[in-house]
Amino acid sequence: VAGTTANPAQVPGRISGRGPGGPPSQASRRWRSIRLGWSFILPNFLGFATLTLVPVIASLALSFLDWDSYSSPEWVGLANFERMIHNETFWTALRNTAYYAVGHVPLTLCAALGFAVLLNQKLRGVRFFRTALFFPYITSLVAVAVVWNMLLSPEVGPVNQLLRAIGIDNPPGWTTSTTWAMPAVILASVWRDLGYYMILYLAGLQTIPGELYEAAHVDGASAWQRFWNITIPSLRPTTFFVLIMLTISSFKVFDLVQVMTEGGPGRSTLVLSQVIFREGITQGRFGYSSAVSMVLFVIVLTITLVQFRLQRRSEL
Amino acid sequence: MTMTTTRPVEADVVPAAPVAPRRRRVATVRRAAAYLLLVVLSIAVLVPFAWMVSSSLKLDNEVFSVPVRWIPAEFHWENFTNIWERIPLLTYLRNSVFLSLTITVLQVLTGSFAAYGFAKVRFPGRDALFLAYIATIAVPWQAYMVPQYIIMQKAGLVNTHLSLILLQAFSAFGVFLMRQYYLTIPDELSEAARLDGLSEYGIWARIILPLSKPALASLALLTFVNTWNDYMGPFIYLTDNKLWTIQLGLRSFIGLYDAEFAMIMTGSVLSVLPILVIFLLGQKYFVRGIAPSGLK
Repeated sequence: VAGTTANPAQVPGRISGRGPGGPPSQASRRWRSIRLGWSFILPNFLGFATLTLVPVIASLALSFLDWDSYSSPEWVGLANFERMIHNETFWTALRNTAYYAVGHVPLTLCAALGFAVLLNQKLRGVRFFRTALFFPYITSLVAVAVVWNMLLSPEVGPVNQLLRAIGIDNPPGWTTSTTWAMPAVILASVWRDLGYYMILYLAGLQTIPGELYEAAHVDGASAWQRFWNITIPSLRPTTFFVLIMLTISSFKVFDLVQVMTEGGPGRSTLVLSQVIFREGITQGRFGYSSAVSMVLFVIVLTITLVQFRLQRRSEL
Repeated sequence: MTMTTTRPVEADVVPAAPVAPRRRRVATVRRAAAYLLLVVLSIAVLVPFAWMVSSSLKLDNEVFSVPVRWIPAEFHWENFTNIWERIPLLTYLRNSVFLSLTITVLQVLTGSFAAYGFAKVRFPGRDALFLAYIATIAVPWQAYMVPQYIIMQKAGLVNTHLSLILLQAFSAFGVFLMRQYYLTIPDELSEAARLDGLSEYGIWARIILPLSKPALASLALLTFVNTWNDYMGPFIYLTDNKLWTIQLGLRSFIGLYDAEFAMIMTGSVLSVLPILVIFLLGQKYFVRGIAPSGLK
């Protein structure tokens, strides 16, 4: 491949114009193209290679080592993984992460789709609403976490005041309760992310030809029927993409939980990323934390591969 | 709710009306209902911001009133001047601005430069290298943050701004975003410049860069906002109070003085304000940076 692709970009006039005298040989041209290409990529590549590529590969190797900040690395095979599957905290974190995903993915998806459909109509002020709804996504996490913690304050927070006002005498304790802390985190995260996925859905909605709706209208289809029989099927590629992105980001959840609950109360909101952080960076157990990283990596990789497989099938 | 009550009534009153006007009227009602729904839901989404702003202008003991007071009885603007004395906000802001600007400039420069190599120069091994770039985008950062930390520790860079700059300025995402854009620029343009004797670097600087302003703006804004809002990076790497960013400073303030509700909200407003300004100025570039990825 390399030998043939090296040429088409070069025009004869340019080679003779540049060559020091007579046309250069195939090999020197090849060499020059490599030098030229790398000269562009190198400044970025140096940083990328040492701080992304090497760590990515290293994390795989690290999971087979017994290594902490006090001892030198030693090959232990699968011992880290064995320890991991017998570790209660790991399973709690995995369960919590899955719980978060099960709540976060469908709720964000429905909210994003709902808002996108509403905003896709020709209404006055649509631009304002789009801006307002997107803004939580780029609001700093610390601010998001602290505001939600206040809104959800069990005794005097506005959310529970509202719940009491509509007749719920014993509203949830939210982040102070082991049962309700995760729903509280999910609530804040749905609020934060819906604008982002709404933009994706809006882009998808704009690709649906208007004639489809007009035809359905003439046939007497109700708004609801049009939504189910035209909008939803036409949005399938977008929904698919959104679903994958949401699932991956759910398994990677980290900072929101860290700032909002720090994994508590108890271990009720502890997620996988926090285990990696605590074990690897706070405790300095490099080998063990990398084994947990592998689990996260494999989950995300599986989701990505499934996406590619299904997408290819739907394109056929 | 208005929708369900209005429609049947209308059908009763004008049973013999011709099809077209009735349909139009139904459409109007439906539109009004959609509008109402949109307004109500949007207000619900904006409530946390309203709470933030309103609390930032109250006294601590007024924040959690029963019932909730959305407009403060008295506006305590002094919160916004007092906070600068309560915490070293200026230092935090300066650090945040420094990190965000440096990282954005480096990311845009090296990213767009490398993207030219990937999009416009043909050389053996290019596509394999690009695959390596893309593959790392799919790897969750948490999966390799520990090896990253070890490298930084060995290099003695933990607890320096340099560590964060190095970590965030060379992301594969920037290269990917710019390359995709460069592919849409026709080769004939650079070809013509080449015939005029411009070097490849000259073509990048004088032809491609000016043509890719929208993509550069998207990348710059996304990088700036991400760096400004980043919590985990500074949280892991910066222990010295003097190096902290606004996010870390705010978080520590909350931890230390968790009953100073009003002041906490004042800090939150101040931390969000720069992002709001940038977002309002460059809104369309944000959307452009995001939307194309969903269409594939």
